Amino acid sequence: MARRVAICAVSQTKFVRNNTTQRFQEMELDVLESLREQVDIGFADEGGIGMSINVSNDVFDARTISDAPMTDVLGAHMGCEEKVDQDGAQAIIYGASAIMSGHCDAVLIIGHCRESQGQSRNMCTNLTFDPFFTRPVGLDYCSAAGFQAQAYLSKSGITEEQLAKIVVKSRENASKNPYTPEAPRVTVEDVMSSPMLCDPIRELHAYPVSDGAVGMILAAEDLAVKLTDTPVFFNGHGNNMDSFYLGDRDLTSNFALKGAAERAYKRAGITDPKTAFDIVEISDQYAYQYPMWLEGLGICDEGKAGELIDSDNANGPAINASGGMLAGNPLNLGGFVRAAEGAMQLMGKAGDRQVKGAKTALAHGVVGPAGQFHTVVILGSD
Amino acid sequence: MDSNNDSFVVDGKLALPYQYFAGRTGSRFIIAIRDEKKIKGLECKKCNKVYVPPRATCEHCFCDIKDNWVDLDSTGTVTGFTVVRYEEPHHPVKAPFIQALVKLEGADTPFVHIVQGVPVDEMKTGLKVKAVFAEETTTTIMDISHFEPA
Repeated sequence: MARRVAICAVSQTKFVRNNTTQRFQEMELDVLESLREQVDIGFADEGGIGMSINVSNDVFDARTISDAPMTDVLGAHMGCEEKVDQDGAQAIIYGASAIMSGHCDAVLIIGHCRESQGQSRNMCTNLTFDPFFTRPVGLDYCSAAGFQAQAYLSKSGITEEQLAKIVVKSRENASKNPYTPEAPRVTVEDVMSSPMLCDPIRELHAYPVSDGAVGMILAAEDLAVKLTDTPVFFNGHGNNMDSFYLGDRDLTSNFALKGAAERAYKRAGITDPKTAFDIVEISDQYAYQYPMWLEGLGICDEGKAGELIDSDNANGPAINASGGMLAGNPLNLGGFVRAAEGAMQLMGKAGDRQVKGAKTALAHGVVGPAGQFHTVVILGSD
Repeated sequence: MDSNNDSFVVDGKLALPYQYFAGRTGSRFIIAIRDEKKIKGLECKKCNKVYVPPRATCEHCFCDIKDNWVDLDSTGTVTGFTVVRYEEPHHPVKAPFIQALVKLEGADTPFVHIVQGVPVDEMKTGLKVKAVFAEETTTTIMDISHFEPA
């Protein structure tokens, strides 16, 4: 039986539109110092952090090997240094695997991104498409989401009002989250009259451009219980990659998300996702994804997400108590911040957004055009 | 960190010219469009599927399909679309414009291209379209200039 792994500490910076006072390294250093204040662990060969993982992206950072300038912040000089460049939740899986397999006892993970740095994040995501068939037609993640939104709304019957309610709720929740200070409250009318980006996605349906950093320390169970009174256990994970070309996929099928969730639930021993979680944090980069991902995860039945939105999910888990991705976080940190938020809730350290007695959480991340690659992480206080 | 009055930003630009090798399969597909004004697909006989854009291996059964070229009609049906209303330097045409998934007659997978000749607010799934070939080659998918109503 593999060793159990727990998150011992989490930290994040505020996510702001344009951080003009800090470099990447300074954002990550704030996270590192906060983590070190929470748990007493260093970088010694014996008993210290045995692997450091940086989550970052070369194109967003506009330099190759985006982890290279981070090694001193990560304590990775002459150490085991790794990088994850896709959804940051993948770094948790990577780090946990190293501990479960016995390669090391503790792992430090810190991720950063400045979406504000490039002229436009759409130009960055256009570069993820192949140079022959899909990049020249001008595809980027925003327009790819437009295709999926169009198809999903038509299939599900989710209305403009329901999309607006999702954004209103996200901003309401974000007003209690000190890490999303630039997500002002909005009304249904504000959302419904905001300009169209790519039909049917409106400006207020899209996650904001932001800069920030997030991190956590993972440890094997026997070490974790010495480091903290509030360990949060990594109880299962799953991921799944759909086809690359949009035309090869059924854009409304949630194929990859269902696959990722099924694997995660099996590993965590979950039979009914509707009742299994107190906290659900999903990466809703665009408003239509909130109902679509919830259906894919089985948090509600297919075709029932509209009812969930209208009833504010009164009898179900707390969904995106943080405000979710619609209130902040760069693309590559989405799932990582969701897991950090889930862990803070289970530690009882989520401040004004704390859900009382939360014991189980699901964190979800997604990258690639129109939800190509999904990651699901299951956390528990035991 | 109290004040950033004496700090500055440095302008930068990543602009590195590249030559991407299109591969034998990709090259043959583009050459057919460029020289014969003909769109070809690759067929997996085991899965009974014709793929566009082309690929040498079927992703479902991993069969080698690189020699199974079939000629496709240059007309097809729009199976999905979005109207892009924001401006970006990487756009092939000025916004607002229509990006659509076009499923050619004889193909099983639609692919994304530009549709013109329809007012953007009247665009609908199910529209029959035909390829308009470009006068000048870029040896990319833009050797099809765009699709227009058939």
